[in-house]
Amino acid sequence: MAERKKEADHLPTSESDQDDFIEPDPPVVTNQAVADTFVNIDYEDLVNPDYDSHPSGYIHEIVRQGSHDDDDEPRVAVSSVSDVSTGEESSEDHTEISTKEISQALDEVSKLQHPEVSLEDEEEIDEVDTQEWRQRKKHVFILSQAGKPVYTRFGNEDKLVTVMGVMSALVSFVQDSKDLVRFMVAGDHKFVFLVREHLILVCVSHGAESSQQILLHLSYVYNQILSVLTFSTLHRIFKQRRNYDLRRLLTGAEKFLDNLLNMMDTEPGMLLGAVRCLPLDSQVRDNIAQTIVQNAKVKDLVFALILANNQLVTLVRMKKYFLHPMDLHLIINLVNASESFKAAESWTPICLPKFDSSGFLQAHISYLDDRCETCLLLLSVDRESFFILSECRNKIKERLVKYNALKAISDSLMKTSYSIQQCGISDLRHFLYKSRHMAQFTSPELEAPYLSETEQERLCGLYFYLHHRIHTSARPLKILYTVGPHETLLGWVTQSFELYAVFGPLVTKVAAIQAINKLLRWVKREEDRLFIPNHVTF
Amino acid sequence: MKSIEAKVVVLGSQGVGKTSVVIRYVGGMFSKAVSPTIGASFFTYKMTLNNYRIKLQVWDTAGQERFRSMAPMYYRKANAAMLIYDLTSADSFYDIKDWVGELKKNVDTPIVMCLVGNKCDMSDCREVTSIDAEEYASTIGALNHETSALKNTEAYSVTRVLLVTRVAITEFAILLAPP
Repeated sequence: MAERKKEADHLPTSESDQDDFIEPDPPVVTNQAVADTFVNIDYEDLVNPDYDSHPSGYIHEIVRQGSHDDDDEPRVAVSSVSDVSTGEESSEDHTEISTKEISQALDEVSKLQHPEVSLEDEEEIDEVDTQEWRQRKKHVFILSQAGKPVYTRFGNEDKLVTVMGVMSALVSFVQDSKDLVRFMVAGDHKFVFLVREHLILVCVSHGAESSQQILLHLSYVYNQILSVLTFSTLHRIFKQRRNYDLRRLLTGAEKFLDNLLNMMDTEPGMLLGAVRCLPLDSQVRDNIAQTIVQNAKVKDLVFALILANNQLVTLVRMKKYFLHPMDLHLIINLVNASESFKAAESWTPICLPKFDSSGFLQAHISYLDDRCETCLLLLSVDRESFFILSECRNKIKERLVKYNALKAISDSLMKTSYSIQQCGISDLRHFLYKSRHMAQFTSPELEAPYLSETEQERLCGLYFYLHHRIHTSARPLKILYTVGPHETLLGWVTQSFELYAVFGPLVTKVAAIQAINKLLRWVKREEDRLFIPNHVTF
Repeated sequence: MKSIEAKVVVLGSQGVGKTSVVIRYVGGMFSKAVSPTIGASFFTYKMTLNNYRIKLQVWDTAGQERFRSMAPMYYRKANAAMLIYDLTSADSFYDIKDWVGELKKNVDTPIVMCLVGNKCDMSDCREVTSIDAEEYASTIGALNHETSALKNTEAYSVTRVLLVTRVAITEFAILLAPP
């Protein structure tokens, strides 16, 4: 494996204010501590999808990390180095956890990482012992505080009882010293822990995401569980029986977790905390919103929204309440993951954790067209209002057909989104633009060279990298220009927007900055079509 | 011609084929791609019988445990309950007893019950005998039918399956219709 270069060598980094960025400061990654935190997200890894996952050594570290989202919680202040392959314990002086226990634990966990590890029981080869399983890019495990398996992204929970037991042991071991395990870095694998009151969520990844990004993904997963059960139910159940098998209540909901995780691998929306809107003439969109307002004047109706192909067409809300993008993503996930809404009008409870994690809203869900593309959701707090809402839905549908609005939606879906060529900027290959106050984003269609799955994954990795570099709380940046072997990246964050642009490899800094200025003007021009500036209220 | 409206609730364990049976008699077809119901789906079905125009409002409920607490919302106002079990699964048949107990306890108005054994095309794997089902149905005063929402043998051709489910639903209607 090629020697990893210190990234400061080949990644010129600049940081400056948005106004004077033409004359950037010299590269600033000189601080060794900061550079160290990036070693695990080496740019080389991102540009080479076939990067050999062979670990660079047998050193497992529980790294102290000074960069977290939640500052109110204690951090791991433990650093332990042990040779797992032989079970030897290192005698690093500042180590508190160098006991046999943790070494065994890491041994177990290392099974995830070392394909060559010998199987203890050759007779029973389960899926979890296969190379394929181990080499999965991103594992997600959920267990109860008692260590009972709740969910695994790959394989069968029952076969993972030991591994999950170890995970819960690790968490409680660190908890015993009034501390909290956040993540471990082992070779090129990251083990990220999200410890909530009743559940422990663990992600084991050797993908491009940073630990903070994985933590965000895990909190999405946690919220998805709340969305199915509510926090009150979760709390009540585990209060009554600490060792309850939560899988009983989650039967049928695994697909939501699976789907959510798959979406997060390819959709930038969750990373950005923003939703994508269906490009639509603003007049048509206003019409649709007004149609909903006029025909769904119902007490207790909190939100009404139309989704088409995972994109937001319109959202109408009660005056006092806002729909958090995280909740909106969960709604999109619900619609995206279930076929059953296509059969008939449905009436289902859904908890929106950011809105209220203690209770359910009732959702009337139905498709408005025969092709099942345009989905209307009416979310109410009244459990008995199905028939009233069903009537509203019929009226809305009738009007939307009359105004040709449904046709406008399906036309927009047919046209797909827009091509990068429409922006008229040569050498710009792709971009993400997020409007911060609207919590919405836009991006062009994926075109060559990002047509194959591996290339798309790589592009996604580039965005993960760029996003991480800009948002890392240890050293947040406003603007970042970085040249890689296959493309040049430019990220720019201001109060009102976030822009992540991918250029061809030979673009100079000046050219890139000119290009994004042009791009910003283009986005401004298209704003009415690509974004929903204000959500109408009832 | 008079018209009647009746509410029907479909209950049963997960995976027994509630939605498939409903789609079979509402839409007259079988879809392989039926996915687990989330919450409950609402169907309407219209028919004419003995000079009555009958409109059935069918609540097809989800069998998953987490939706169990929502069931009263649907059966409380129902005129009829279709209790569906999978005749290749004894457990799903025992679950019916829970449902019947719950209905008896919580529903004050008279409710017509119909026991439906689904998947009778798979008689090789049968775990619930016709005799058991018949006996149980008579003790709770329910109608009893066997059906297959799928048709994969000649004996259970589309028409026949349609007939069986229709018969079941027609009997509901007769009971509901005033004399």
